[in-house]
Amino acid sequence: MNVLDTTPAAVLVLAIGVLVTTGVYLLLERSLTRVLIGFILLGNGINLLLLVAGGRAGGAPILGTTPLWHMSDPLVQAMILTAIVITLGLTAFVLAMAYRSWQLHGHDEVQDDVEDRRIARLAAKNEPSFEDADAVESGETLDEEAAATRDETDDDIGGTGDRTGGEAR
Amino acid sequence: MSWFDLTATDLVPLPVVLPLLAAGLALAFARRPRVQRVVSVVALAGVLAVGVALLVLTDDRTLVVDVGNWAAPVGIDLVADRLSALMVTVSSFVLLCVLLYSLAQGVSEEAEEETSSIPVSIYHPTYLVLAAGVCNAFLAGDLFNLYVGFEILLAASYVLLTLGGTGERIRAGSIYVVVALLSSIVFLIAIALTYAATGTVNLAQLSERLPDVEPGTRLAIQLLLLLAFGIKAAMFPVSAWLPDSYPTAPAPVTAVFAGLLTKVGVYAILRTQTLLFPTDPRIDQGLMWVALLTMLVGILGAVAQDDIKRLLSFTLVSHIGYMLFGIALATQPGTAAAIFYVVHHITVQTALFLVVGLVELRGGSTSLDRLGGLAKLAPGLAILFFVPAMNLAGIPPLSGFLGKVGLVEDGVRTGGFLAYTLVVGSVVTSLLTLYAIVKAWNKAFWQEAPQEIEADARVPRGMVVPTGALVAFGLALTVFAGPLYSYADRAAAALRDGSYVEAVFPGGHDRGVGESNESVPKAGAPTGPAEGVSTGEGTP
Repeated sequence: MNVLDTTPAAVLVLAIGVLVTTGVYLLLERSLTRVLIGFILLGNGINLLLLVAGGRAGGAPILGTTPLWHMSDPLVQAMILTAIVITLGLTAFVLAMAYRSWQLHGHDEVQDDVEDRRIARLAAKNEPSFEDADAVESGETLDEEAAATRDETDDDIGGTGDRTGGEAR
Repeated sequence: MSWFDLTATDLVPLPVVLPLLAAGLALAFARRPRVQRVVSVVALAGVLAVGVALLVLTDDRTLVVDVGNWAAPVGIDLVADRLSALMVTVSSFVLLCVLLYSLAQGVSEEAEEETSSIPVSIYHPTYLVLAAGVCNAFLAGDLFNLYVGFEILLAASYVLLTLGGTGERIRAGSIYVVVALLSSIVFLIAIALTYAATGTVNLAQLSERLPDVEPGTRLAIQLLLLLAFGIKAAMFPVSAWLPDSYPTAPAPVTAVFAGLLTKVGVYAILRTQTLLFPTDPRIDQGLMWVALLTMLVGILGAVAQDDIKRLLSFTLVSHIGYMLFGIALATQPGTAAAIFYVVHHITVQTALFLVVGLVELRGGSTSLDRLGGLAKLAPGLAILFFVPAMNLAGIPPLSGFLGKVGLVEDGVRTGGFLAYTLVVGSVVTSLLTLYAIVKAWNKAFWQEAPQEIEADARVPRGMVVPTGALVAFGLALTVFAGPLYSYADRAAAALRDGSYVEAVFPGGHDRGVGESNESVPKAGAPTGPAEGVSTGEGTP
């Protein structure tokens, strides 16, 4: 068994570092276009990481042209190609989405959560986040309220037959 | 190979291939909606039939297909074991029901009204691609193929979520897409690290090689995979995207997302945790905390909602916690309960979202402040809502109760502070679910309608029937809980007894192929490294 040198080239490692850091930085932006560019950079960084995972570069992995111990790993290349294709498709989709957002709103910024905005609005108005129907003060005592409320056991209710039936028993 | 000597293993790729082919056909017939409909329904019905066949066949043995007849570690393989078959069957049933529902509703027409210039004939092809992606993820025997499955279903989900391109959907879609892209990147990093550490991405081979990997590296890979799948499954610290994005989509789309997409994440966690990292208590403890927080934070979110769709999205997040609990217990009964719970939850959550779609159609809104009095106006609808709602809350004797009992029982058996905390947490969550659901039930169906609801609005029968079928299926899960639970138990047993690896590498473990670069010469001869693999019948 020949020992493979799997130490990655320093240039590749450096390139991965730069691509990933810039990618993450852009991903944290608000504008969808910048997020997209961040995603592309990040994706390319990870593709390089996959390349590094396959070990040192060698000759083309084709039988008969390169001796076996000198071949580079074809599997990572296949995986990177797949990842590139997927990234391409998604890039197109995100671009379309950014464009649509620009059409609708005049910008492509990712907006806040509905919930966040609702709570922020309530906080600004200094209102409780929900209303408890039972806690609404009607100005009456409980007895008065009970007397005023419709009594369902009363006659004239054809619809609730089981209730009146129960009383008859 | 002639058409006549088809074997059982030839069924395995069909759940992926059928919807993909049908998607192409449906796209070709974009201008003929009637043909499109027939194609979609036939394809998904076919997948369901194949799923049932797989369910029966895999009970005896795990089926492995080497794609392109290249044997396992070199080629890509699709593996159908009990768990995969169960997931494929339940998913295809749900997919079919939702498709029929959306046919009656005419998602396309609805969207056409909103934005006349958008071509919505893409709904059917995209939906079929989604189905293919889901099935591919369930059948993948290879980490990278799992990634591809995820990407297929995610790409389709982006399109479905932003269907029609209205302002609200684009807003929700932006967040959803960015989060999903990030999770895919994390997954890809995990794959790169795995490959660097072991020289393979084949799941069966990984399960043999990972134990020899240095523990620190192994932990890093495990955590990265967990994070990637966790985002997709909406487990707590990374779940905030879900309740914000799902409710904006059309009802059938929300229903199918809620039922299936998060469960694909749960499936991936279950598969990788049991197959690749069978024993690592550190992670299991962490996962328990995550499960607890997912349950509680999710359900507290649900309690605060006043829109049924959002409320259900939060209960969806919350109940992912139960499945994580079952996985974190890392025992066979715990895993069995988790599998049972996944099946139950796919059905019930989808059914509820479909019913809410009907409620929206009937009452004109999903806001609990505007709905009211539906019990009188539409008693049938009330029953359709009540049954799965109680099932979700875990009222005995329904299947939700049985799944929870299984989890609690195993939690108590495992013992220890954390497991007991989880048991208490799951009971509290169950009660809070009941509270949230009853609140929705009271407000939508019993309170006096705050605003006039059209008395003669009709809900198309074609939408009620699939919904009813799903609700009935949920009840059938209760009636046939015995056989299903024992099947889940056998599936859980198969996850840990090494039968997966045995099926991929029959008669000898991980033969021959060492370092990744050495596999190259063998790639020249397809039958090279693994003679006698089940389907390997010589050179193609």
